[in-house]
Amino acid sequence: MDWVNAIVQGILLGGLYALFAAGLSLIFGVMRLVNIAHGDLIVAAAYLALVVVQLTGLHPLVSALVVVPLMALIGYGMQRLLLNPTIGKDLLSPLLVTFGISVILQNGLLAVFTADSRRLAAGSIETASIQVLPGLHVGVLPLLMFVAAIVIIFGLERIFSRTSLGRAFRATSDDPEVAQLMMLDRAHVFGMAMALSAAVVAIAGIFLAIRTNFDPASGPARLLFGFEAVIIGGLGNLWGTLAGGIVLGVAQAIGAQISPGWQILAGHLVFFLVLAIRPRGLFPRMD
Amino acid sequence: MAEPILSLRGLKAGYGDFQALFGIDLDLAEGEVLALIGANGAGKSTLLRAVTGLVRCQRQMVLFRGDGIGGERPDLIARRGIAMVPEGRRLFRSLSVEENLVIGGERAPNGEWTLERIYSLFPILMEKRLNPGTALSGGQQQMVAIGRALMANPRILLFDEISLGLAPVVIKDIYAAFPAIVATGVSVVLVEQDVARALAVAGRFVCLQEGRVSLAGRPDEHDRAAITAAYFGAANVQGAQ
Repeated sequence: MDWVNAIVQGILLGGLYALFAAGLSLIFGVMRLVNIAHGDLIVAAAYLALVVVQLTGLHPLVSALVVVPLMALIGYGMQRLLLNPTIGKDLLSPLLVTFGISVILQNGLLAVFTADSRRLAAGSIETASIQVLPGLHVGVLPLLMFVAAIVIIFGLERIFSRTSLGRAFRATSDDPEVAQLMMLDRAHVFGMAMALSAAVVAIAGIFLAIRTNFDPASGPARLLFGFEAVIIGGLGNLWGTLAGGIVLGVAQAIGAQISPGWQILAGHLVFFLVLAIRPRGLFPRMD
Repeated sequence: MAEPILSLRGLKAGYGDFQALFGIDLDLAEGEVLALIGANGAGKSTLLRAVTGLVRCQRQMVLFRGDGIGGERPDLIARRGIAMVPEGRRLFRSLSVEENLVIGGERAPNGEWTLERIYSLFPILMEKRLNPGTALSGGQQQMVAIGRALMANPRILLFDEISLGLAPVVIKDIYAAFPAIVATGVSVVLVEQDVARALAVAGRFVCLQEGRVSLAGRPDEHDRAAITAAYFGAANVQGAQ
């Protein structure tokens, strides 16, 4: 039963990794931008939630009502002011700018919040669990994260496939030049993509803050997990990203079951294995 | 002539250090069909790209109803009512046929051209409307590209190499739609390598040669030899004879 338990926990953890990854996947899909600052944005959102909770006394999950729109605005502004001027034929300059944003965010958070690790207290939901089978308990919080990941990915897929904004994302990704002839303002389309990504980042940040301790240096590891989930799942496929998150989560859970030191390493090993056998990921959609 | 809908005044444009156009003057009247002809590299596509804002130029070099629009952002120029059917069709490959049409019109004013009218102009697109745009034959893709531009209900419609790479029977189908398009009163600039076909539908033509206007007028004003000379350059024609 220990092994079944580990795998179930791994699957649920995969939901959180999919949340880390979804925004990354979206940004890469629309503008071929690898956002190195993605993990730090998740941590920044966690701190933002911390501040909102301290100021208003809201429950951490309810603080999403404030943190999500705020992060979306920040994302939009960051794209328009910092990233759009560098986006063009050259992939390296926007990459370097996101690297710079990453460094500034880490040090900015360090200056404001110190290096102490923090956590968002969410009350009884943190420890509540449901008994699924005799001997198999599922935590309410991990389940909630998993369901949130499915709902968010379903929502993002709907936006991409059914809405005018989604058509604008796809058209701009396919052929940015001709998309402009369709009256699409590229700067605004990219801004909206980053806003959407940052909204997902906000949710991921809140869950991260409830689930574990975080500090200003927690970002890069989140970026790595998100990145691995995207690559395992296959670029440009959000459901694949969920699958990638689950593969990574299960690998880590099984690794941890073997020996605590193996948890993170097992995830990386599976990532390398997928890269070696299927370099385009398990469910690639993008050329 | 009433105020032209589009005027080029000494249009100079190019790519980096390479200059493709050396001072083009041209007027396009409301509802006029103008054929833009010339050999490969004469500057026809560059001219269209300058008008749509995809190639930079000075503001007063391109006038839309008297307003300088040269170098304006392409999406803002499109909003003024200038649409283009680009060379090579360039459909959005992750959009279905219908989505390709819808995206052409969803930010544009309402007008005569609707999905229904496009489907009645090109009935085959109705059948294929849920297919990815790129799963269609070349001719069908061109129909989608034309429909996508028409959905914007443009005042000016620019065709870049409308028949390039298409089979003759398909080209005939495409041109069969031409009268219905022109009947809406839209002004058309037609870049076409099939000179005879272009001159048959155009009221006026402009011939470019190495980035300059080499001949302009009505098709019936000039004989074939003069047009050929303007197209290839007089020296080349004499050399060939």
